[in-house]
Amino acid sequence: MSTLQNVSRRKFLKGMGITGSALVLGAALPGWAPVWAQSNKASELNLFVAIDADGTVSIVCHRSEMGQGIRTGLPQVVADELMADWQKVKVVQGLADERYGSQNTDGSRSVRHFYQTMREMGASARTMLEQAAANRWQVPLSEVAAKDHQVWHKPSGKHAGFGELAADAAALPAPDISALSFKSKADFVYIGKDLPIVDMHDIITGQAQYGQDMRMDNMLYASIERSPVIGANIDSLDDAEARKVPGVVKVIRMPEQNIPVGFSSLPGVAVLASNTWAAMQGRKKLNISWQQSPHGEHDSAAFQQTLNKRVQEPGRVFRSVGDAYAGLANAVQTHEAQYSMPYLIHAPMEPPAATAVFNDGEVEIWSCTQNPQSIQNTVAQVLGIEKDKVTVHVTLLGGGFGRKSKADYSVEAAILAKASGQPVKVVWSREDEIRHGYYHAISAQYFQAGVDDSGRVSSWVQRTAFPSIGWTFNGTADEPSDGELSLGFGDLPFALDNLSCETQKAEGHLRIGWVRSVSNIHHGFAIGSFVDELAAKLEKPPRQMWHELLGPDRMVDPEPEGFKYSNYGDPKETFPIDTKRLKAVLDLAADKAGIEVPQKAGEAWGISVHRSFVSYVAIATKVKVEGKKVKVLEMHCAADCGTVVNPDRVKAQMEGAMIFGLSLALMGEISVKEGAVQQSNFHDYPLLRIQQCPPMQVHLIASDAPPGGVGEPGVPPVAASLANAIYRASGKRIRHLPINKHLQV
Amino acid sequence: MIPFKLNDKNVEVDVQPDMPLLWVLRDLMGLTGTKYGCGMAQCGACTVHLDGTAVRSCTLPVSAVQGKSVTTIEGLSDDGDHPLQIAWAEHKVPQCGYCQCGQIMSAAALLSSNPKPDDTAIDNAMQGNICRCGTYPRIKAAIKSVAAKKVGGAV
Repeated sequence: MSTLQNVSRRKFLKGMGITGSALVLGAALPGWAPVWAQSNKASELNLFVAIDADGTVSIVCHRSEMGQGIRTGLPQVVADELMADWQKVKVVQGLADERYGSQNTDGSRSVRHFYQTMREMGASARTMLEQAAANRWQVPLSEVAAKDHQVWHKPSGKHAGFGELAADAAALPAPDISALSFKSKADFVYIGKDLPIVDMHDIITGQAQYGQDMRMDNMLYASIERSPVIGANIDSLDDAEARKVPGVVKVIRMPEQNIPVGFSSLPGVAVLASNTWAAMQGRKKLNISWQQSPHGEHDSAAFQQTLNKRVQEPGRVFRSVGDAYAGLANAVQTHEAQYSMPYLIHAPMEPPAATAVFNDGEVEIWSCTQNPQSIQNTVAQVLGIEKDKVTVHVTLLGGGFGRKSKADYSVEAAILAKASGQPVKVVWSREDEIRHGYYHAISAQYFQAGVDDSGRVSSWVQRTAFPSIGWTFNGTADEPSDGELSLGFGDLPFALDNLSCETQKAEGHLRIGWVRSVSNIHHGFAIGSFVDELAAKLEKPPRQMWHELLGPDRMVDPEPEGFKYSNYGDPKETFPIDTKRLKAVLDLAADKAGIEVPQKAGEAWGISVHRSFVSYVAIATKVKVEGKKVKVLEMHCAADCGTVVNPDRVKAQMEGAMIFGLSLALMGEISVKEGAVQQSNFHDYPLLRIQQCPPMQVHLIASDAPPGGVGEPGVPPVAASLANAIYRASGKRIRHLPINKHLQV
Repeated sequence: MIPFKLNDKNVEVDVQPDMPLLWVLRDLMGLTGTKYGCGMAQCGACTVHLDGTAVRSCTLPVSAVQGKSVTTIEGLSDDGDHPLQIAWAEHKVPQCGYCQCGQIMSAAALLSSNPKPDDTAIDNAMQGNICRCGTYPRIKAAIKSVAAKKVGGAV
């Protein structure tokens, strides 16, 4: 057996759920320094590929699968460079382990940040197999080549399977990264192909295991009553009746929590029972009174009015070109508008769930999590144990959308497993998910644009206000961070002589989190709507208005204009803001939809375009407005996401983004009274249903640019394209979402 | 004891009669293909067949299935070879997959009562099943592809 990195290797095999004689390749890549890694340099050991003697190739997927197809996408990159046969590939879900680099599956980063790494892992393993064959045959390395799961000696035709070579290969030193050769695009057999997802059969037969599906011997099911208002702890508890419910085994008070809550559990009372139903029934019998919280006065309707007023006053300028106010004063024509959007919640079909076992000072957790390392860190901190005593398994996720980046529900399971001495599954109900989430921020925006005497829009003031995600973690932030302002607002890509980008104050009163595309949701809606308003006011076709504002082909850089632009964590040299790519997707969507073709009365197209997560997406939406009723008739999406690994999954993400965008624009609203969320389930937080869903097409722009984000960038242009279509069809301009406040949907 | 037929086998359960079938299936029988999504018959993730008709198991007390026949996704076919399951794979319908068992069960009940549904019939039968990932266009295409292949209405 190989002596290669014994400790790592054992842990690796354990983590991969395989035992016996599997051999590790690509275990060490000297010189591979992940600049994107969240934390440490220990991830110079990266462990992704193992090969069994029978030729089975195990590839670790270290990112969470929540419907984006990543358990297929990343391994298909490895398999391609490895020259493996996809039919002999087994995908293994990685445990929480910082040596993989970041496992935080959000920010539309999995392919964007790991495409090259996966190629390196595949190429490294392939090179080791080739070297092993060359050694065995006593021939120069240059005479052998891997193909079709075998290594071939070209002059003699000798060949050996990957399985036969695996042991020898694993004993070799890993090749230097700079010595690796990579396939050319023309030779790709998997990258760029529509491979079906590896979990297909399990999903359609009901065998797929999600967080809610965990079952263990002697396991208790927990349902937790949490404080309705953030910042309120328990005043008194009477659990006598709850304990009488058949099946209820234990009642446990959750730890108190004060603001900021961060990723910790919320205060509450857990009812543990022999099945989920009994736990839920017992919970209903709890008699709890809650302490007062300073947030018990929060009223979202009043707060919305406050934000709407604040954005109409000058705020803190964070990006500036020329003199926007002088430009407006001298303008021959001006236009202003104010937009708003309520709080939103994720509502993945699978509510959060986590199972934990606590034994001898160690905890093992199974969670539908987007961020297993965050669970490791948070649980270690909360339980007061070392991080290496926390093992986190990642199940499939029944949707995530940002909710499952948060460790709170896994922390609950760990606390209860320790307190009860039994395995515990914490089951969040739909009501829990809607009422105790990490909400997309309520927001307001204001715009004023000025037209100069040449008829050109040359001056622009824009302001935004929304409570910051930072508040969840520090309890003090009272305006958006630079990172949040970077999401579709401070990166405004328009060619303007005078520009003032400003923020206004907004305090936190709920756990604010990130929901699919984050601040781009409201910024995309507001900017995309305002452009259409300008087009209408200046009597220009929307496509022409967009082209004029986007201006000449160029790379936009907000930094010299005073803004510390985060660019989704990527270098602006590699991923610039490219107006040419914005215009290309705009034109493609407009052409495919035929937005300038005359429509029947009451029907019209609307369009919008937005860059986010370093990808470019335009959406065209056609609606019919009849009296007080709107129906979405058809949608087209044009997307430029750079290099694409699995085009079908990218299209699926764009289809999903259009539907996600329609849900929030048409019907999405979380309202708050006396500090408590008013909605509770799908009857009052409706999502798009099949009869509301229009036919839709996705058009991908072929690109050799580095991979951009895919999961989120389809969402931001949807709401504006829809509102613009409604205006064009009916003359009614909707500036305050959701649309069902104005029209029947 | 409450006796009923589950995926063609006779079973008996000893539980509170008001416990919804969903939790009997998931927690007691270990059949986790039937999913919890809302608990109030709003989302369809828990859809099973009761004597061949699609029902939401999250609001159906187990006492109501006494003496009747329940089919879950695990009993729909031997190895995922129901025409709809094949169509689901061909059309690459699932994203996260959590709602898909419920979607397939609703669609299967539709096709057994209406082998050639039009768009309106599909909408009517499927509007109780929410998919947050947004797979509706592919669900519709998959159902239509099975309907188009049907000869004489037999599944």
